[in-house]
Amino acid sequence: MENILSIFVRSIFVDNMVFAFFFGMCSYIAVSKTVKTAMGLGIAVIFVMLITVPVNYLLLKYVLAPGALTWISPDFATVDLDFLRFIVFIAVIASITQLVEMIVERFAPALYNQLGIFLPLIAVNCAIMGASLFLPEREYANVGQAVTFALGSGIGWWLAIIMMAAIREKITYSNVPLPLKGVGITFIITGLMGIAFMSFLGIQI
Amino acid sequence: MNKNSNKYIITYASVMVIIVAAVLSFAALQLKDRQDNNVRMEKMGDLLRSIGKGEDANSVKDKFAYITEEYDKYIQKAYTVTTDGNISDGDAFEILLNLKSEYDKSAAERNLPVFESNDNGKKYYVLPTWGSGLWGPVWGYVALEEDWSTIYGIILDHASETPGLGAEITSSAFQDQFKGKQIYSGDKFVGITVLKNGAENNPHAVDAISGGTITSRAVETMIANCIKNYGEYIAKQRQAEVAVVSVSEVESEQVNTTDDE
Amino acid sequence: MNNTEKEPLFSAKNRNVLLSPLGSNNPITIQILGICSALAVTAKLKPALVMALSVIVVTAMANLIISLLRNTIPARIRIIVQLVVVSGLVILVDQVLKAFVYDVSKQLSVYVGLIITNCIIMGRLEAFALASKPWPALLDGIGNGLGYGLILVILGFFRELLGAGSIFGYPIIPDSWYISNGGFYSNNGLMLLPPMALIGVGIIIWITNSRKKKA
Repeated sequence: MENILSIFVRSIFVDNMVFAFFFGMCSYIAVSKTVKTAMGLGIAVIFVMLITVPVNYLLLKYVLAPGALTWISPDFATVDLDFLRFIVFIAVIASITQLVEMIVERFAPALYNQLGIFLPLIAVNCAIMGASLFLPEREYANVGQAVTFALGSGIGWWLAIIMMAAIREKITYSNVPLPLKGVGITFIITGLMGIAFMSFLGIQI
Repeated sequence: MNKNSNKYIITYASVMVIIVAAVLSFAALQLKDRQDNNVRMEKMGDLLRSIGKGEDANSVKDKFAYITEEYDKYIQKAYTVTTDGNISDGDAFEILLNLKSEYDKSAAERNLPVFESNDNGKKYYVLPTWGSGLWGPVWGYVALEEDWSTIYGIILDHASETPGLGAEITSSAFQDQFKGKQIYSGDKFVGITVLKNGAENNPHAVDAISGGTITSRAVETMIANCIKNYGEYIAKQRQAEVAVVSVSEVESEQVNTTDDE
Repeated sequence: MNNTEKEPLFSAKNRNVLLSPLGSNNPITIQILGICSALAVTAKLKPALVMALSVIVVTAMANLIISLLRNTIPARIRIIVQLVVVSGLVILVDQVLKAFVYDVSKQLSVYVGLIITNCIIMGRLEAFALASKPWPALLDGIGNGLGYGLILVILGFFRELLGAGSIFGYPIIPDSWYISNGGFYSNNGLMLLPPMALIGVGIIIWITNSRKKKA
């Protein structure tokens, strides 16, 4: 129903992971001190998001949702494994980050040097988990839409952390009241950026 | 025993997974009936509230029993209709539980629920609706009077609209505005338009929630999109109604003046 | 279970474990952990409170279980074991909420699931439960949950009061104050929007830091 472009733009700007839902705040605050590291983590998030969200989408659609197992046999129509959703999602995320780490290390050492240290952090990044948890609520019709949503959400998160890091690099030279220095001012700036992002709310595509 | 041997790790992991799975399955099975009941009670309760019944649900001791009793008392008929206006044989309540999947089908395949209430001779028709709000789904129950055009009551709900702004569609201040409004102008379906303000004297419009315009518009779109599916069926019913009214006009002086403009 | 321990249940050390997260070592304002999942539920007080209680239950139980298992957990799958225990607990909490407080569980929606990735829980498991006896671990879990919940409730209180003029859904501001009724007051809808939760946390951190300096 909704077209791909609309999902893409919405998930970057309107439903931004950081500004609208506070997802991934821990690493967002901790790793946004310099643009370079922020870039590394941001790209790693996009990467992992792109793999885990479609996997979780398929699991949800063909294993977990009520009556999802009918493709094996019609007898399973009443089986409802939905209560296992959280544990399956986190297991998928944790194992895929491990797997990605190993594969990247083996086949792309250069990339590993850039992203390597961030990958373990990502297993507990709420942005990834949050994106997967939104799947049942958003009710995407096919994998294509889920991938688009994953890509958009990842880019949205990357955009947020890059912007924040750029601001924080400059703000170290500013005269911030002492008790607000560091984390306090970061929260407030994020809030102000969130207000700015709210102006995207009305867009219809 | 060596804690780092593969054998230990694999055994440990397996035992842990089995224990966790057992505990979770047990809890899920124990609580499932209650959870399903909650969902059913919510739908039944909303249905009843749209025709102004069952408002004591939160003060009575046994909510389940109360709602089931009220539901059996006031909802006399529940059936499904197709988009070309025929009554089909679907379980209206089961379809209501999963209304979204019905709207995912193509228009020709839809079976849409109608709930009919007969309270001391006054008939109401409740049509469930479903649509997308700003953040997630919104849904509602539109109760129409006998003329299939005047809104008797409406109940709206949402999954994740902004609290205090869009989420105010659930407030009675917003929902009361719909009472008495017409979704038909003559024979033409017009729905309910959401205006910034000044809707008080407009029979086809309500005022938007301030700060919640997008969600308010979503409600407008939802009502239009969903009720249109009932268009053919409503048209048939209204024709039958007109026929009945003109017969009774001849028979007696009592004419329902609010009908057919 | 503590009969064998010589330390009294609430020794000074244990009291400190329980109470320090409420103020001087608050998980949100000082440790900057666990902001992720829960800020969005603070627009109203009631979901904030339920969220706080859920987090307390999960941190306390997870700390206790991991601490009981600490000598058996193989180091290599430590993280996975922790994740499984935490997500198991979160699923239980979610199921109970759905069964007994359905309307609140609807409002919390995905955020219950996000307790799993709440850094407080994993952080406390790694930093404390893996190396402590069950009783202090339990206290540490409760303490951190409380410290976290405290911030949620403060935020929820002010956001609901200023944004919607009510507490727990009951109107607090007299009707006659509102501009629409000829008064002078109007609710600040901005307080209910997501960005204000962030700015609110910023302000709370500001206040905590200023007080800490004076003391």
